[in-house]
Amino acid sequence: MEKILLPDIKNLHQIDVYIQNGGYEAVKKAYKRTPDEVIDEVKRSGLRGRGGAAFLTGLKWSFMPKNTDKPKYLCVNGDESEPGSFKDRQIFEFNPHALIEGITIACYAIQAKAAYVYIRGEYHNWIQMLQKALDDAYARGFVGEKMPETLGGSFSCNIYIHKGAGAYVCGEESSLMNSIEGKRGYPRVKPPFPAQFGLWGCPTTINNVETISNVPTIINKGWEWFSKIGEPRHPGTLLFGVSGHVNKPGVYELPSGVLLTDLIYKYAGGVPGNKKIKCVIPGGSSMPPLRGDQLEGVKMDAESLKAAGSAIGTGGVMVMDEDTDLVRVLARIAKFYKHESCGQCTPCREGTGWMLKTLNRIARGEGTSSDLDLLTDVAKNIEGNTICALGDAAAWPVKFFIQRFREEFEKAVKPEVSIPVANKIHSMRNTAVPLAEIKK
Amino acid sequence: MAKTAKITVDGKTYEVDATKNLLEVCLSLKLDLPYFCWHPAMGSVGACRQCAVKKFRDENDKVGKLFMACMEPIVDGMIISIQDAEAKEFRKGVIEWLMTNHPHDCPVCDEGGECHLQDMTVMTGHDYRRYRFKKRTYKNQYLGPFINHEMNRCIQCYRCVRYYRDYAGGKDFDVFGVHNTVYFGRHEDGVLENEFSGNLVEVCPTGVFTDKTLGKHYTRKWDQTYAPSICVHCSVGCNTIAAERYGLLRRVQSRYNGEVNGYFLCDRGRFGYEFVNSPKRIRKPLRKNKETRQFEELGSEDALKYIRKLLSDSKRIIGIGSARASLESNFTLLSFVEKQNFYWGESDRNIQLIQKQYDILRNGPARTPSLRDIEKCDVVIVLGEDLTNTAPMIALALRQSVRQEPVQSATPYRIPHWQDQAVRELTQDEKGPIFIATPLATRLDEISETYRAAADDIARLGFMVANSFSDRSPLVSGATDEQKKLSGKISEALKKAKRPLIIAGPSLQSEAVIEAAANIANAMITSGKTCELCFTVPEVNSMGMAMMDITHQGIESAFEALKNKPADTLIILENDLYRRAEEQAVDSFLGKFKNVIVLDYLENSTSLKADAVLSSGSFAESDGTFVNNEGRAQRFYQVYDAGENIKESWRWLRDIMLNSGLHEFGKWKILSDFTNALSKAMPVFDGINNITPPPGFRIAGEKIPREPFRYSGRTAMFANKSVHEPKPPEDIDSPLSFTMEGYRGKPPSSIIPFFWSPGWNSQQAINKYQIEIGGALHGGDPGKRLIEPKSGKTPAFFTKIPQAFSPRNGDWFVVPVYHIFGSEELSVNAPGINELTPKPYVMISSEDAGSLGLTSEKQIELEAQGKTYSLPAKLNLGLPKGLIGIPKGLPGMPEIKTGSWVRLKMG
Amino acid sequence: MLTEEEKHEIEEEFKLYPYKSAAAIEALKVVQKHRRWVSDESIKDIAQLLGITPDELDSVATFYNLIYRKPVGRNVIHICNSVSCWVMGYESVLKHLIDHLGITYGQTSSDGRFTLLPVQCLGTCDHAPALMINGDLYRDLTPDIINSILEKYQ
Repeated sequence: MEKILLPDIKNLHQIDVYIQNGGYEAVKKAYKRTPDEVIDEVKRSGLRGRGGAAFLTGLKWSFMPKNTDKPKYLCVNGDESEPGSFKDRQIFEFNPHALIEGITIACYAIQAKAAYVYIRGEYHNWIQMLQKALDDAYARGFVGEKMPETLGGSFSCNIYIHKGAGAYVCGEESSLMNSIEGKRGYPRVKPPFPAQFGLWGCPTTINNVETISNVPTIINKGWEWFSKIGEPRHPGTLLFGVSGHVNKPGVYELPSGVLLTDLIYKYAGGVPGNKKIKCVIPGGSSMPPLRGDQLEGVKMDAESLKAAGSAIGTGGVMVMDEDTDLVRVLARIAKFYKHESCGQCTPCREGTGWMLKTLNRIARGEGTSSDLDLLTDVAKNIEGNTICALGDAAAWPVKFFIQRFREEFEKAVKPEVSIPVANKIHSMRNTAVPLAEIKK
Repeated sequence: MAKTAKITVDGKTYEVDATKNLLEVCLSLKLDLPYFCWHPAMGSVGACRQCAVKKFRDENDKVGKLFMACMEPIVDGMIISIQDAEAKEFRKGVIEWLMTNHPHDCPVCDEGGECHLQDMTVMTGHDYRRYRFKKRTYKNQYLGPFINHEMNRCIQCYRCVRYYRDYAGGKDFDVFGVHNTVYFGRHEDGVLENEFSGNLVEVCPTGVFTDKTLGKHYTRKWDQTYAPSICVHCSVGCNTIAAERYGLLRRVQSRYNGEVNGYFLCDRGRFGYEFVNSPKRIRKPLRKNKETRQFEELGSEDALKYIRKLLSDSKRIIGIGSARASLESNFTLLSFVEKQNFYWGESDRNIQLIQKQYDILRNGPARTPSLRDIEKCDVVIVLGEDLTNTAPMIALALRQSVRQEPVQSATPYRIPHWQDQAVRELTQDEKGPIFIATPLATRLDEISETYRAAADDIARLGFMVANSFSDRSPLVSGATDEQKKLSGKISEALKKAKRPLIIAGPSLQSEAVIEAAANIANAMITSGKTCELCFTVPEVNSMGMAMMDITHQGIESAFEALKNKPADTLIILENDLYRRAEEQAVDSFLGKFKNVIVLDYLENSTSLKADAVLSSGSFAESDGTFVNNEGRAQRFYQVYDAGENIKESWRWLRDIMLNSGLHEFGKWKILSDFTNALSKAMPVFDGINNITPPPGFRIAGEKIPREPFRYSGRTAMFANKSVHEPKPPEDIDSPLSFTMEGYRGKPPSSIIPFFWSPGWNSQQAINKYQIEIGGALHGGDPGKRLIEPKSGKTPAFFTKIPQAFSPRNGDWFVVPVYHIFGSEELSVNAPGINELTPKPYVMISSEDAGSLGLTSEKQIELEAQGKTYSLPAKLNLGLPKGLIGIPKGLPGMPEIKTGSWVRLKMG
Repeated sequence: MLTEEEKHEIEEEFKLYPYKSAAAIEALKVVQKHRRWVSDESIKDIAQLLGITPDELDSVATFYNLIYRKPVGRNVIHICNSVSCWVMGYESVLKHLIDHLGITYGQTSSDGRFTLLPVQCLGTCDHAPALMINGDLYRDLTPDIINSILEKYQ
């Protein structure tokens, strides 16, 4: 099978090698067409966003207003901070020029004169790798003022790397824009959508690193070729990051729709010690986990995973064997979301901390059965009721771990102790209730 | 209502304003829906998630989905439910979250009993704590003398930071930290710099920001006695609620008036009230012992007898009125001494200027806008006024008007204007056009284009703009390039304006500035455009004085008049003459009288010179009427009965008149008798008697209580004096009672003593008093506009253009520097305000200082009016060459005339 | 006072954005690079350079995990405490570090050599557990190789 993003070419990250292998040809091709034709090509290819929401990329581009006197921007989301996700990193390291070329095409398609690649601050070495590639591309005239000479046409754009400073929520597209503006990374309320007004109040498109890196190949080989790879509803190859209890963890580029079991056993070498799988999170830590007995026949694409009761997310597959303590796994996950909650809206700000404290108590062996109901209740109230998706990301693991591994959680808690009656008497609503009633 | 829609709420169909959001609409329908982060003056951000309601797709949708009401635009045919079980459960859950870290310290919290968080908690029914972990705690900050900080109570609604930064334009306050440890405060401890910080107290839904001045003499909301009042600390006339217990004024809060101050007050208005409790208060009549020259206290009867004695052998009595006294008090003094002997206790110069402003408004075509109108103006020109320091709430209003134009850009995106965050993202830092021409930098400079110049040059700029609209306003010759460029730009902006506004005032003591402002407005109107014209005036009732049928002669005229025709008795009404004229002149003036009688409430240099002092009531112990700069007559009522020794000045004066045998004044018994007599004598005040209901007004046979019905301790309050509960004082002047007995429903809008509604104990109960949220009060916003423009008449244009200012070698031209904290006579006696009052100084431009070899803080000798003063220098960047800034009214600061020339010597 | 070098580096960042204030995060990092952490003094200095108030800058600074508003040691260890690393043995690595350095999260060793901080995922789950010292990434950790890594940082 042919790989689009991480082909087996040695030193592809070097600009010469990239050019020798047909690099920076797609952009020349693209610039010979109109921006609308480029958008159309991408639209028809069926390329979907690889950042989690799997939105149609071409369609997103077409939302950008045509008649505006404001500058337009492209933001490339490389903030991948979701535990279990580490795919964009591979592109920065092994194929940065595909990303850069993709950006120049996307900028042309939406007529943006500037693109910001947002990379999380923790990615020190990968920032340097992309910066090197970008410097080379500038030096060769593939980016910046010299583009018309090098690439033909009259279009030129600039690409800047914006380094994060440690905030998961900045992976949310509106937070990301706030962060680029030098502000606190608070998500914005939608609508308005970024294409209406995003960065500095100007029309903005935000795409994931992996999404954009597909674009040169789509232009080179045409939409039809691309649309035939993998699952038709979610075509192309995906980068699957497999981690946890597998023999060969790593990033695998495979056509969408590959069987989850194949990914784990055929590519990632199965589970060490041939242990049974207790749990797999198929799309990064926020996605609903699947039980070991739910994996058979599950295909890795947006629609199939949805049908299986989970979601593709960022394609980060985390495998946990039969010996894993899921209470503590969930507590870990909850810790992450509590720590990364931005603090803007109530459910996420207060709910994540409460869930974490409750899970820690259960993990310490001090939990009671009512704690499980409490967790479910808090998660239910968070889900769907926050400004951005971080609330859902925090609520789903709690909701689905407890739902799908109820037995294990039941075992971890003690039976309910009766609540001190005094509390209830002091409660304003219940003062009218006879004491006998309360004691029941 | 602009655009209406039909919506169904819990099965009932309503016709509502389609431009509002669902939360506002529900609240306007007087439905109870809890909320925190939304504020009617600040719009929606959807942060707290408290106002969730169920929204159904159509009639067949029985499941529905939760939406935040504050973020939902009204759509015709919308079906929602507030009572839906899931929605209720969710709202209860939000409170449960907010309460996880809340300290539940209501018994020791100053907000307790008037806390929006308490109210909302009870409203949602959250009553049982499932959170069993430690709470997070914070360190608090010192924020200055006005605001107490208690972060542990915070529920992170973000209202404070949105108010302080986005609404009031403050920069030294923000949100820090992340996730559930976000912190609201300053970068480091220190006095909040914004002049409107006190509103944090009312904006905060719980006890994070509380009134520190109240805290020093704390009393629960339900234990305070309230009255509708008017702020006396500038001419804007913000509506306030003043509160008392045990004869001590406890605090001042904003009294909502949709046309005037809305929800807010400035810090001088909110915290200046403590002058009422000052040790300098005159609480009993005083007689000066002829031998010892010391004051002796008298009872009120004895005082009247003494005054009668003084007056009995008087041949001619001179009366000096005051712009900080009510219309009624001035009118009574006028009636006593008669027109030819009555002087408005203001400098002749100021009177000319104020009178000119009044004449322009009275005879011209330009309308004088209310504060609310100012907020809606989209292009504003300010000539000569440092509004933050002379009329602070106008400055706050301008911070809203600069958003008028940018906000329009949201319309094509179909983003409703109440969607605050989105609108701010779109408009970024865009500001609508506002131009400010003043000698000194002002706080509003950051939102405006500025012009630094002396008064004459400011006027010239104004005349240039006026001339660009009409040739009838004369051409300005010899304009500088800067003036040409700027006036061109201003004209352009005015041409595009939908609702332009010109603001000017008497601060620079320049007629030309006022005339230029009038010419712009008149020129625009004659060229077929609209234009409003706002004038500030120095004091709370200056406009009222200008409107009175008096000789409009000032202090200097009184000095002069006395030379020709001696008099033996002087009655000074609530006025410190030493603030109006030079010390020597006042000394010599006072020395010419055999008897000097002062009516006032604070000891001052004038009262100390008096032979007899009558203890007048301050605004807190008086009823009366003021006319604000807009020309709006507004009534204030006494908060509490201060006993027989403290009376309204008009009542003292009436008693004096009766005592002197002027029996015809015996029919003036209660406030409305005085007001009626006034409007009969001066038709310009026609109708002011009706701005509040008459004293006989009753609802269901009852008076309106000044006290909440949970007022406690009444039977024991005076038990230290007598175990018998005294008969409550009676209020013969108003339909308000001094107790908690009375009608429990909503009173007429002009006599609301406090805002309260069942389940709504905080100031947010205002919702229940408004027809529509953020709009007018039920029954209309209080006050009566007395000045309306004359349309159809061709306005007169002013034709005298001043010469350009030219600096003199070795002499400096005095421009005034006003301080919100310090320049006003009364508030400076409030300890908090006093703490922030600057020490005397003079301000020199950095350029001049350079040539003089002067550095900051260095003492310099200033020669003015034949005297030499030694004062520290402050350097100022923007001040034009040749001007010197003299702070006005600061304690210890000599009065140096604006517009005079002074000399400097290095100390 | 910012050094000329710091000023220069921050001013370089201005070129990336249409507004100076957008460089806030990077400006903080520049100062942190030179001084290890960002003091109240530095906040004021940087804010002035960016044309914003210290309050506005501190608001941003305290939002991001990688900006230190308290002094740190000469070397900062960020150990990933996220779920993949936890599954793969993070706790034994952490325990080793705590025992070896005698400090726990948020603390600095008494010789000022190390500060230990948790980090929410280093994006290297396929080589868990992982940690980062001063930006250098170390992966596939076991307790026995920790000491030799620490040796490189004095």
